[in-house]
Amino acid sequence: MVMVTYPRDLHYTREHEWARLEGDLIRVGITAYAVQQLGDVTLVDMPAPGEDVQAHERFGDIESVKTVSELFAPVSGEVVEVNAALESSPELVNEGPYEEGWLIKIRPSDRTELEGLMDAARYEEYLGTLDG
Amino acid sequence: MPVRYEGIKAEHEAVRTRAGLFDVSHMGEILVEGPNAVPEVDRLVTNDVSNLPVGRALYTVCCNDAGGILDDLIVYRLEKEKVLVVCNASNRDKIVTHFASHLSLGTPWNDVSDSWALLALQGPSAVRVLEALGAPEELLKLPSFHVTRASLAGVDLWVARTGYTGEDGFELFCASEDAVTLWRALLEKGEPCGLQPVGLGARDTLRLEARLMLYGNDITEETNPFEAGLGWVVKLDAGDFVGKDALEAIKAAGVERKLVGFEMVGRGIARHGYLIVVDGQRVGEVTSGSPGPTVGRNIGLGYVPKSSSKIGTRLGIEIRGKVVDAVVVTTPFYKR
Repeated sequence: MVMVTYPRDLHYTREHEWARLEGDLIRVGITAYAVQQLGDVTLVDMPAPGEDVQAHERFGDIESVKTVSELFAPVSGEVVEVNAALESSPELVNEGPYEEGWLIKIRPSDRTELEGLMDAARYEEYLGTLDG
Repeated sequence: MPVRYEGIKAEHEAVRTRAGLFDVSHMGEILVEGPNAVPEVDRLVTNDVSNLPVGRALYTVCCNDAGGILDDLIVYRLEKEKVLVVCNASNRDKIVTHFASHLSLGTPWNDVSDSWALLALQGPSAVRVLEALGAPEELLKLPSFHVTRASLAGVDLWVARTGYTGEDGFELFCASEDAVTLWRALLEKGEPCGLQPVGLGARDTLRLEARLMLYGNDITEETNPFEAGLGWVVKLDAGDFVGKDALEAIKAAGVERKLVGFEMVGRGIARHGYLIVVDGQRVGEVTSGSPGPTVGRNIGLGYVPKSSSKIGTRLGIEIRGKVVDAVVVTTPFYKR
């Protein structure tokens, strides 16, 4: 696999989601590695705003032409916004997984959960153990 | 063969609008020879090979004694006494064993799968790619389901106007040791025509849009050709073949279920193995399902009771515990 550097300001899960603290909220998406594994994203199933998600538990599904994968919440809390643009343009996840292709925003119930996630350097190290 | 090179959607689009090159050397090839080659193969398949002229190909299935489908095949009559049978890679051992036990002693046959390679050149520009390789006019005009000997890029091959994409195209059989030369020459000369390599993922979406069967999904030993919509390859009045008695009985009794094409009405993608629901009852299973990149809808195939098989019938597809609306539609989903 081609080496990619991962944004330094994000926190990462072992299931390849990223989390970014933005004021009181945490924005969530999937990483470039996940996108590369999935291929063309065709559908994203996400919770409705107002629903609660639990850290490390499934909050939705993401489908590519070929496969379905589960999405896991990096932190616990309430979903306050979902990326509505993905409804008609799921390919935004491929085009910009850290920008237009974000998935949900969570109001965290315990912000310190972020500290349990990997930083970019550790995530890159972790990816190194997955290849081959 | 990789699942994808550039990406499934881009590769799919290339085959529909320009040209794609597939390395399908994993396919099984069996050569049957000798004066009885044609009648011997005819006895093993449901379609009528007995009158297949030299240089012609035929799609067929090969059934067991119970009428269940062992595999779907293309039979090519290469020469008067030389017949090529192409089977699915996953069925190669099974078909070779089946042939070995049914072919008469004294009929020479050979599993050449390992020494032959197969490249499929598919798409509206396929013919231009061959032209760029200096193919003679008569090769470019080879009609559909015809096969002929040729030489391209210094490689000897059998060229057939067949494929698995719903597009015009060619399948090129050559010796394994020549495959790399041929592959490179095709990609090099074909590049101005927009030719690009295509993987297994797009092969699946292309064939599904064209309603071409995938063995192991849409057809298996537990399915018969009539319920799969392949009755047209069963020639009950053209001589004896393995499974004929059972198929006659199945046809006389009428089928209870049918393989139908459907498209999703609700939001969701049907996948192989998902359950089909009608009036709250689980009545069948999805055998193939994915987004259809050219048709722009999420499509699928599945077996349903005959009473639910009419065009326009509402179906439910159970997707992770939720029933999502779908409707039976005419197939193929895509026709060029």
